[in-house]
This record gives sequence, C-alpha cells and structure tokens, in this order.
Amino acid sequence: MDAIDILLTGSFWVAVIRIASPLIFATMGELICERAGVLNLGIEGIMTVGAFTGWLTVYLGGDLWLGVAIAALAGVAFGLLHGLLTVPLGLSQHVTGIGITLLATSLTYFTYRVALPEVTSPPKIEPFQPFPLPGLSGIPIVGPALFNQTPLTYLAFVLVAVVAWILTRTPVGIALRAVGENPAAVEAQGISVTAVRMGAVAVGSACMAVGGAFLTMSAFNSFFFEMINGRGWVCIALVVFGSWRPGKALLGAVLFAAFDAYQVRLQQVTGGAIPYQVFLMLPYVLSILALIVVARRASYPKALMAPYQKGER
Amino acid sequence: MNVTGPTLPITRRSLLRATALGAAALTLPGFAGRANAQAPVKVAAIYTVPVEQQWVSRIHTAATAAVTRGEIEYVFSESTANGDYERVMREYSEAGHDLIIGEAFAVEQAARQVAADYPDKAFLLGSSFKPSEDTPNFAVFDNYIQDASYLSGIVAGALTKTGNIGMVGGFPIPEVNRLMRAFMAGAKEVKPDITFQVAFIGSWFDPPKAKETAFAQIDAGADLLYAERFGVSDAAQEKGILAVGNVIDTQSDYPETVAASALWHFEPTLDAAIAKVKAGTFTAEDYGVYSFMKEGGCTLAPLGTFEGKVPAAAMKLVAEKEAAIKAGTFVVEINDQEPKSN
Repeated sequence: MDAIDILLTGSFWVAVIRIASPLIFATMGELICERAGVLNLGIEGIMTVGAFTGWLTVYLGGDLWLGVAIAALAGVAFGLLHGLLTVPLGLSQHVTGIGITLLATSLTYFTYRVALPEVTSPPKIEPFQPFPLPGLSGIPIVGPALFNQTPLTYLAFVLVAVVAWILTRTPVGIALRAVGENPAAVEAQGISVTAVRMGAVAVGSACMAVGGAFLTMSAFNSFFFEMINGRGWVCIALVVFGSWRPGKALLGAVLFAAFDAYQVRLQQVTGGAIPYQVFLMLPYVLSILALIVVARRASYPKALMAPYQKGER
Repeated sequence: MNVTGPTLPITRRSLLRATALGAAALTLPGFAGRANAQAPVKVAAIYTVPVEQQWVSRIHTAATAAVTRGEIEYVFSESTANGDYERVMREYSEAGHDLIIGEAFAVEQAARQVAADYPDKAFLLGSSFKPSEDTPNFAVFDNYIQDASYLSGIVAGALTKTGNIGMVGGFPIPEVNRLMRAFMAGAKEVKPDITFQVAFIGSWFDPPKAKETAFAQIDAGADLLYAERFGVSDAAQEKGILAVGNVIDTQSDYPETVAASALWHFEPTLDAAIAKVKAGTFTAEDYGVYSFMKEGGCTLAPLGTFEGKVPAAAMKLVAEKEAAIKAGTFVVEINDQEPKSN
C-alpha cells in the first residue's frame, strides 16, 4: 500500500475517529477547567479513575451507561478535591494537579488489587458496540468514519457542540469565561468566583473521566494499569493547540489521532527501513510543530493559574 | 448529665505497649527462618509490572503452586518502579528471605550490587545478560521458549492463506525479539515466501494502541496475527481472522481466534532454584535453559478448539520437530536481533 493511498482508505478514518474520541472528551474537560482559570494537571489520574470505575461498574453487573455515569461521578469527586485545593485554598495548580494524578492513579491500582486480588489476566466486559446511524453510515469514507462508531464517540462530538454553545451563548458560559479572564469583575457582579470555578473543575473532570472510560468500555474491554499512557498530557497540549476554543481543540484531537493512525500504517509501508521509534514519535513531533505555528497567536485566559482571593487587590 | 456507654478495651497505654511490642518483633524477623532446615524456603518476588502481565503471571503462577505444595513461603511486590527496585531488594534481603526472584532488565548494575552486599542470599532474576563470577549468588533466567514459539510458527504458517502475518510487540528487547524470530523461522519452514509486518507500540500496557496497530496490519493484508500484547487477539476476533498466542494461553477467551500458543512454564526454573537453595548449592548459573522444551519449560498449547482445523501435514511436522528438539537433534536458533517487516 502506498503512503498516500492510506489516507483514502475508509478504515484509516474509522481508526482516526476512534483514537480521537477519548482525547476529545478529556480535551473538552481540560478546556472547561482552563477557561475558568484553573489548570488541571490531575487529568492523567482522573482519566485512570474514569477508566477503572466505569469498567468496574459494568464488570460488577451494571449497565454500560451506568458505568459512564459512575465514571463521571468519580471524576467529579477528584475534580472537587482539585478545586478545593486550588480555588478556595489557592494552592499551586501545578503541584496540586500532579498530586491529584499521583493520588488518583495509585488509589485506582490499590482499589483494583483489593477488588480483584486473585486474577492472572484482567477480566473482560461486553463493551459498547458500533451503532450505525441509519442512512448516514452508507456514505463512502465519511459514513463509516463518522456514523458507524460506538455511542460514546457520538457523545464526544455532541459534547463539543454543547461546550461551545454553553461557553458562547449562555449566562453560565459567560460567567465561566469571565472568571478565567477577570475574576474581580465577576465578583463585582455579585457572582461567586469560587462557585463558578469549582463547578467548572468538577464538570471538566467528569469529562476527563468519561474520556478514560472510553478506553475500557469502547476502545477495549478491560482495565489495565498504565493504560492511559500519557493521553492526558496530550490533551493539555491540545487545549493550547485549540487556543482554548472547543472547535479548534476538536480539530487538534482529530489531527493528532490522524498522525497516530497514520504512523502505525506507515510503519508497514517502509518495511522496517526506518526504526519504529521514529514513527511512534511522529504524532508528537508533528503536534509540537503544529503547536508552534498555531499557538503563537493564541490568546490564553488572562487569569489562568492565578488564584483569586475575595477582596484582594 | 452523665453519659455512659460501652468503653473501648483499648487505652492509650495498652495501645502504646502493643505498638512497642510489635515494633520489637519486626526487628527480629530472621530468627524463625533459620531454625529448621526443612522449613519452607522464604521466597520474595519483586515485579516491575502487575501480576496480570503475561511474563510475570507465569512466575507468579509457579510460585503460587510451590506455596500450595508447602515448599515455599511467598511474598511479592508488584508494579515496583525501577527507581525503587534496589531499595525493595534490600528490604527483602534484610527481612530474611532466602531466595529473591524478579526482573533485573532495567536495573542490572544495582541488582548485582545488592547481591554482592548480601552474599548469603540467593538471587534469581530475569536478565538479558549472563551470570558473573563476581556475584556467585546472582543467577539469571528468562523465558527462552523459542522452541515452542518455533512450533507455533509452523502452525501459523500452515493456517495463513494470504501468506501475510502481522506481529505487534511492546519493545524490541531480546526476550521479545527471540520469540518473534523463532516464530518467523517456524512459519517460513512451511511457507518460505511469507510476508511479516512487524510493529512495536513502545509500551507494555496499552491494549487500545496494540489493537489499533493490529487493525492497521489487518488493513494491510494480514490474515493471522502474532499476539505478543493484550489487545491483538481482540482485533483478530473482531475482524474474524486468526491469532497465535505467546507465553500464556488465552484460547478460552478467544475460542474462535487463538489457534495455537507457545506457553512458558516457570515451574522447572523455580523448582531447580528452590532445590539448590535447600541443598545450599545455589550458584551463579544461567537458568535460561530451564525454559527450554526438553526441560519442560515450554510447550505448544493443546490445539483445543482448533483440533482438526490445522492441516495434518503441519501437525506432523510439529510432532517431528518437537521430538527432534527434545532429542537434541534439532536446535531452534536463538536470535535476539530486532525483527523487521519484509
């Protein structure tokens, strides 16, 4: 298969959207947090929590959608912890976020081992199956890629639209953006900066957790230690790539996924002439290049990473 | 008002006393182990990954079996970071364990240093290197199951119709390369002009990524996959093609997909080490040979659901080669070079 032909195959684009889905959830989650002025480096750990709790719920006999809900709630719990430490207490968002990631990851592994002490290979669940949308899934290339995916993938795209709509068209969204730009002005309007930021971090963390759950409930069917494998960190970069805008962040996630899907296929085309590490590196290198080009004109939330103390000038 | 209720039997003083006694007991862990030569050997294992990981699961299974037989006492630490590995080795050494097993792949120097510091302990660690005279209590092993991989390759070669086999690995380290190479040699024995697609995902634990990589290989024409990682057999199952397993037997999970598996049995390795520790003759040997087929360290899994689906000629060849390997008249080449797509 030729290097260019790959881009014209339907299965390539199916893979792109599948790889992008967890990234879209988590990127939207991070974007919500950051637009409210809170950097959430707990993302990697919160995704791990979501991947585990969602899967465990289904393994214990719960419904798939109940699993998604439980994952989201677990995300909210860790989001509130991160929010508590960084918003009212005003601690360093970097340090707290890393701490949340370490805590969430370790707690997940601990819970896993306590819940399943005697397994030699991780138990499987029946994951979400592709759900072709009638009519639309028949369109060549675009059909299978966009309209023959699992319900969670559709949810990811709906989430982008909802986030974009809320941020730009609703009072809640305006308040959220305002606490990320000029919290004092929001306080002057009689709106609690703390409440808005806490809410944003909780909801954002829920999205991250669902992104993690995608991996164990849609992309795969069991939970593994370390299976998030840096995807959370990629999403942090995708938010910057997207200039803190949902639509552009979605584009970034799809672009990254395309690089990733392309590199695995390219590995086979070159027949081992180039070391495999070069290909594994490719999505990250291309993302950094894209980031350099795009992020130069990005306008970040002005109050990002700045704790707000009421009455302080 | 006077509130009365059940009082807790624990007072501050009794708690302190118990804590002090406990702490004192912890400092004297060695005295029990030396009392009786026939007492079970105290084994401690240190793994860098969870016990679910294929390679480690085989060691864990063998150790658990030895516990059931009453031969050893067994404790283990899983998911130990390489940076912590030396510390945990020292802790177990201090705590009075006789035999310490684990994996020194990423901590060779530090692990050998610990062995040098505790010359009366036995160390049996997975390693890509050889034992050294400097540390006579440091023996090495690895899953040298190339014999079984070779036989599974013969089955694969007979089953592929397109003559295109996809192989997804974690990292191209000797342990992985060796088995891939043996598998490829076995497949070529049946179909000399076979095409291999080889990919590495740069992670031991990312089944979604392994699955995506396998999908890519299926798109490029593979009709049989060599499942080195979790996730590969899942891709094969979804696309209705075949897979050949490695180290563990997963056919019960994929009855229509996994045609054959090269199994590693750690039992001969561990049993030899236990016997030598008991006899006081544990030395710096290469235990890798205990994974060879003639030692019972590896087998081709029973065909199970694929009984009768593999061409008879191929199974005849498998039987011949197996007999020759056991008789020592045929030796599967040990080749640690990174395999490449062709």
